[in-house]
Amino acid sequence: MIGIDWYLALSAILFVIGIVGVLIRRNAIVVFMCVELMLNAVNLALLSFSAYHGDIGGMILVFFSLAVAAAEAVVGLAIIIAIFRNHLSVDILKVNLLRW
Amino acid sequence: MEIYAFISFAVLAIATALGMVLNKNTVNSALMLVLNMVSIAGLYLLLQAQFLALIQIVVYAGAIMVLFLFVIMLLNVDDDEHLFDRFRVKYLIVTLLAVVVFAQILYGIAGVTDLLPELSSDMTTVGTVEAVAEVLYTDYLFAFQITAILLTAAVVGALMIAQFKADPETGEQES
Repeated sequence: MIGIDWYLALSAILFVIGIVGVLIRRNAIVVFMCVELMLNAVNLALLSFSAYHGDIGGMILVFFSLAVAAAEAVVGLAIIIAIFRNHLSVDILKVNLLRW
Repeated sequence: MEIYAFISFAVLAIATALGMVLNKNTVNSALMLVLNMVSIAGLYLLLQAQFLALIQIVVYAGAIMVLFLFVIMLLNVDDDEHLFDRFRVKYLIVTLLAVVVFAQILYGIAGVTDLLPELSSDMTTVGTVEAVAEVLYTDYLFAFQITAILLTAAVVGALMIAQFKADPETGEQES
């Protein structure tokens, strides 16, 4: 039987890869995909806690998290389309209206 | 057997995550993310959550990633010429931050894993569709309906943001 720490370590690695991707990539769509990756990593940690405790509440929470992620993806992609329409680019360095 | 399955899914997940971050082509990145989602669904199966594994593949690898690919092809974004911009100090900070966050998470994990039980044998019946639905439609019914409202609001909001209108008088395009 695999210990829960392996699942949690994998989740941590995926989360950190997501952070690095968010920080170094300039393409807004790829940044957004890295956010999805981080969301998945957290879901994995949540589900492994749920499985090892034998509690179904964690699974329900992951289910709602998936639903919220779907809503978030739809709105985020709409925002990216709106940005592209104004700048003709999805380079996040060119979106600098609120940046000092 | 289970350990081999875990190792292969874990390696696949990490490799595709790295491939997604380090790929110049946006479409390739999205396809890497699909593979990543599928390997995470495999891990869900190992954790006896059959229902969530299916949902993960259908909703994430299916619906959300198709939406991503659709937007990528709609916007017709070029490949990045250079993967990273030239600001070198940034990478130092990024590496430092990544190491700090990783250490923090590992420290947090190390603090709790001793307290946790082994995977209970009755878990095989917990993750099935029947078991999930029984709790979802009774104890969590209110949250479930709130989710429906949230999804409706998200669809309406996305339509409002992404809508494309031309001004009838001047002919100029405005959002």
